[in-house]
Amino acid sequence: MDNPKIQINNLDLWYGDFQALKGVNTRFREKVITAIIGPSGCGKSTLLRVFNRMNDLAEGVKTTGEVVIDGQNIIAKGTDLVTLRKKVGMVFQRPNPFPLSIYENIVFGPRIYGETNRMKLEEMVENSLKSVLLWEELKNKLRKPALSLSLEQKQRLCIARLLAVRPDILLMDEPCSSLDPQATTRIEELMRELKVNYTIVIVTHNMQQAARISDETGFMLLGELIELGRTEELFTKPRDKRTEDYITGRYG
Amino acid sequence: MRTAKEKFIEKLILFCGLASIFFVVLIFLFLLKEGISVFKTVSPGDFLCGKKWYPISEPAQLGILPLILGSLLVTLGAAVISIPMGVACAIYITELAPAKIKEILKSGIELLAAIPSVVLGFVGMITLVPWIKNIFHLPTGLTALTGAIMLAFMAMPTIVSIAEDALYSVPKSYREGAFALGATHWQVIHRVILPAAASGILEAVMLGLGRVIGETMAVMMITGNAAIMPHSIFQPVRTLTATIAAEMGEAVVGSEHYFALFAIGIVLFVISFAINVTADLFLHRKTK
Repeated sequence: MDNPKIQINNLDLWYGDFQALKGVNTRFREKVITAIIGPSGCGKSTLLRVFNRMNDLAEGVKTTGEVVIDGQNIIAKGTDLVTLRKKVGMVFQRPNPFPLSIYENIVFGPRIYGETNRMKLEEMVENSLKSVLLWEELKNKLRKPALSLSLEQKQRLCIARLLAVRPDILLMDEPCSSLDPQATTRIEELMRELKVNYTIVIVTHNMQQAARISDETGFMLLGELIELGRTEELFTKPRDKRTEDYITGRYG
Repeated sequence: MRTAKEKFIEKLILFCGLASIFFVVLIFLFLLKEGISVFKTVSPGDFLCGKKWYPISEPAQLGILPLILGSLLVTLGAAVISIPMGVACAIYITELAPAKIKEILKSGIELLAAIPSVVLGFVGMITLVPWIKNIFHLPTGLTALTGAIMLAFMAMPTIVSIAEDALYSVPKSYREGAFALGATHWQVIHRVILPAAASGILEAVMLGLGRVIGETMAVMMITGNAAIMPHSIFQPVRTLTATIAAEMGEAVVGSEHYFALFAIGIVLFVISFAINVTADLFLHRKTK
């Protein structure tokens, strides 16, 4: 298929003796939203965390195979994690702004990449907040602590913080699971806007959400990627029996 | 029956709670009653700012400024040494050390806390005192610096263990968030973890300093005990605590000297109290 942004070949991953990913082969297309669904513990978050090597933070993780992003195998030893994570940003399940001011949260990324120009930083803050539609609400409260925001605002802020380092790929690990339905709808709208410029991979346990927002969907079960294809097809004509059983609610 | 028992236990707990406050108040009142008498002969200004402490000469000179400065010098010296080292050690234990080294370090620090201060003073006297004397070519190794170094060892366990707790309690999600933005380990530590743990670290520092300022035995043994105005850390000094400990036994009950020692107790009480209140203020400001 056209434009594979992420190409995965024979990816295996172990936590100690437990194999969390088994022979994953697939590709993720550029500038679309790809959802990964599956029951708890199927390895979908683990797969997501391969793309920015967050699994490295846990002890005893072993990964084999190839994950190629823009022609580079990021699993290989000697991969520069700082550059990788600048390119591949992540939004977490629970919004995790730093206990700093709103402003400081957003300039955190640019600062660690050495940006010190105040004008530029302020411009980045404005742009990032505008992209997540928070600018009007917060432009006079930039020095307020980020922890005083509502959950939805916090999650938007976390996305803004990410956009400030200009990534290519946004990984979202159940970004709406701690939000109420209205906030979820608004974050989903935001994701649709963002996909114009970014490749988005979202992990969700919510099949309706996957159906609503994604262009492509992958179904995972027990560490295997059962199938990945266009969202409508996966939900209407799944190729695999196990996918069909899952989406029709036989288990999960 | 049951409610009677509940009531009884409730009252008992209430009594214990009130008792602790009652005793603190009692101690303070006692100190105040005994100490305040000294101001019949010396004005508070002369007492606090007087540069001469000759309690048994005739007439007695009761200025405790040299003692206050002695305490401050030793405490500040100990702070300068123990705060950076203690915090760095806590960072190493929580962030960097492999599991095995972590265990060794933690038990080592607990062991350090278990050394009685008189033993520490004794070890300091044998090892550190001659060493300081030779290195700086001083007439004596019994100096404020020596005391500061030894007291730093006493403050370290408190600082390390409380700072370590503070660092551990920083939510994992902050670290993940920072790593995911591409921060290096050091950037994560100093830009996210340290600010997030700041109030706990401050508490650690304050408690460590509180321990230092109240310490008596070790400083008495190794600071030289000269109640003179200190001009540098390479001179012998005498602290407030050491003065009380050294002189209380020989002061005539009811004499000026006796009351002056109680007044020193009040000064110490006020200093410790001020340290605790400052720490509290910072903590509450942070949590708001």
